[in-house]
Amino acid sequence: MSDDQKADAPAADHGHVAVDVDTLDAELIEGPSDATTDIAEYALWLGDDSLVLAQQLAAWISRAPELEEDVALGNVALDLIGHARSLLHYAGTASNRTEDDLAYWRTEPDFRSLHIVEQPNGDFAHTIARQFVVAHYLFELYNRLRASADATLAAIAAKAVKEVDYHRDHSTQWVLRLAHGTDESRRRIITAFSDLWPYVDEIFRDEPLIDRLEGIAVRPSSLRAAFDDAIAPVLAEAELEVPHGFVASGGGRTGRHSEHLAFLLAEMQVLTRAHPGASW
Amino acid sequence: MVATDTHEGVARPRPTDAASLAAWTIAAQVVDPEIPVLTIEDLGVLRSVKVTSDAVAVTLTPTYSGCPAMDAMRDDVLEVLTGAGYENVSVRLVLSPAWTTDWMSEIGKAKLREYGIAAPTGHSAARGSGPAGPIRLTMAVKCPRCSSLNTRELAHFGSTSCKSLYECRDCLEPFDYFKVL
Repeated sequence: MSDDQKADAPAADHGHVAVDVDTLDAELIEGPSDATTDIAEYALWLGDDSLVLAQQLAAWISRAPELEEDVALGNVALDLIGHARSLLHYAGTASNRTEDDLAYWRTEPDFRSLHIVEQPNGDFAHTIARQFVVAHYLFELYNRLRASADATLAAIAAKAVKEVDYHRDHSTQWVLRLAHGTDESRRRIITAFSDLWPYVDEIFRDEPLIDRLEGIAVRPSSLRAAFDDAIAPVLAEAELEVPHGFVASGGGRTGRHSEHLAFLLAEMQVLTRAHPGASW
Repeated sequence: MVATDTHEGVARPRPTDAASLAAWTIAAQVVDPEIPVLTIEDLGVLRSVKVTSDAVAVTLTPTYSGCPAMDAMRDDVLEVLTGAGYENVSVRLVLSPAWTTDWMSEIGKAKLREYGIAAPTGHSAARGSGPAGPIRLTMAVKCPRCSSLNTRELAHFGSTSCKSLYECRDCLEPFDYFKVL
């Protein structure tokens, strides 16, 4: 099988892997119905954000500043993997692809994740700043998505919002600790926010897809005010200013990514692609 | 105690027909692989058991979205029901309504404490939109060893998704706390 064929292999044709329907069924979290093409695309947006961020956070395990942070970032990653599984499974119902198929057998232009989640882990402050922004965004998103007219998205959101609440709390505590810590920790968190802020704008951009999902999707631009209100008191307490400066081009929702994503995917997907159907 | 009965009905929705109830009772013996003193019924993870003429359909709900123990619980439910002679057993995971620690039984909480894990304190309250606030207010967590309330959180996240790590300032022992969700 050529590489080209592998990359687009359909669900039932992972090299020599037979997909066992019974086994798969049991692994999946079932919704009441299949997703439409548009809803599937929206589920991919959200699922890919969680999947990419989880992969990034997992890289901290054994490398965080202290053991408790290995555990914390690992746990946050695990929650995000859970959300990604539900969302990618649901997305796959529209095209008869499994969650694993979508995670491991799509290439970079097919990923719909935001640029902010593919920004490198950097030092611990960069990871915390990214976590702070994304967790606050996800909390507002899922809080609203609970009321989606789509029952499956609403159920995933109702579950996820409670977990993401802990994530935003965790990152909030660290932002305060770093900002009020040593001169060095303060310098680093300021640099981290400054490096990251160009990618915040993309989170809240509306795409044409959103117009077609009125009442089902949450309009990203409608979350901006709640996001700003939520982070403002923390930044004030931390005596940090919201950075100003250029706004990155974005494009993640249409598959235009920075150079970072391909490396991340290569690491995430290499085992599955080298050994299709491997299990342990 | 109508309110309590209603709460129990939500937390442990036991089937009303005898055949399904018999299968529920068997499935309910499956324990959490990470916290083996708690059954899936104590946790409120067992959501429904339905026996029909030729099959048994079970639904579970995950505690946390990514909890890897769910796979083990699902396999154990399959095994225990198949072992009891049931055929065509299927186990489905459902997300809605979302699991909450409010569904943990009083017996389960007592077993947790005896096991050395502090049980969830207070009730889950979905927080609204808006600021998380710099400081999250929580009720005092009682040390499962010496019952002191003079404890502090060491880390939000512990050995499994559902726990955080505490230490007791009186007996100086660290302990796990099953956090409110």
